[in-house]
Amino acid sequence: MSNIHLHYEVSGEDFTRAGEASGSVKKRLKALGYNTDAIRRVAIAMYEAEINMVIHAEGGFVDVDIFPDHVEVLLSDKGPGIPDVEKAMQEGFSTAPDNVRNLGFGAGMGLPNIKKYTDDMRIETEIGKGTDLYLTVKVKEA
Amino acid sequence: MTVKELIDKLNLKILVEDDLDREVEDCYIGDLLSWVMGRAPGDSAWLTVMGNINSIAVATLADVSCIILVENAALDDNARQKAEMHGVNILTTEENAYRLAVKISQLIEG
Ligand SMILES: Nc1ncnc2c1ncn2[C@@H]1O[C@H](COP(=O)(O)OP(=O)(O)OP(=O)(O)O)[C@@H](O)[C@H]1O
Ligand SMILES: [Mg+2]
Repeated sequence: MSNIHLHYEVSGEDFTRAGEASGSVKKRLKALGYNTDAIRRVAIAMYEAEINMVIHAEGGFVDVDIFPDHVEVLLSDKGPGIPDVEKAMQEGFSTAPDNVRNLGFGAGMGLPNIKKYTDDMRIETEIGKGTDLYLTVKVKEA
Repeated sequence: MTVKELIDKLNLKILVEDDLDREVEDCYIGDLLSWVMGRAPGDSAWLTVMGNINSIAVATLADVSCIILVENAALDDNARQKAEMHGVNILTTEENAYRLAVKISQLIEG
């Protein structure tokens, strides 16, 4: 089986649409018969990262490559970058503004959730330039 | 315990109805979405005051049996639409999360 490539643009303004890419990938993986645990992990990690792109950056794009035994995701934005990645990875650290806190964001659990649900996570970030987040989720046999 | 039984026993009002035969095996309380997504057990009743569109995404991802909006917390129109589209049961009550959870605990654990 050759790999399947998917591409999504994530709008920086529209909260209500954040989650469309992860929703669509979820559907696709389901149709391809991937196991539910792997689908859940991909979907949660992607959703958290998509929301981060909307809240903390100004949107960007998502590239997904589906292989038989793993899924690779790149989420790329041209936002402000992350000054201290180690700190950002800590549970509870958040710079989310009040207006999104009122919507239930800002627990500072997004990046820790991504780490928890993926098998590999890599952040490349530059202040003022943006952030690239690389994720890998391994698929165990159903 | 199914969602339907929970509705009958606790006098919950239905806001969005999907599969009411779903089992409720656990209960989780929380309003911080990432927290809920990382911690809520699947097949739980999720008690919250967050009735916005992102709550629906979280309910789907965490695979909870139903959302129960406590203390009559509002459900946004676009959240209702998304819940109908994705098949998420949404119920509401005037009780607070603690009191409702106590009752759910008695029902689930017998
Ligand atoms: N794409 C990004 N661009 C710039 N900063 C980011 C980005 N993603 C995360 N951050 C920074 O890392 C912090 C932690 O992110 P994390 O997702 O863990 O928490 P949060 O988004 O603040 O809250 P939650 O995800 O729990 O709703 C953010 O508050 C923000 O400062
Ligand atoms: Mg986040």
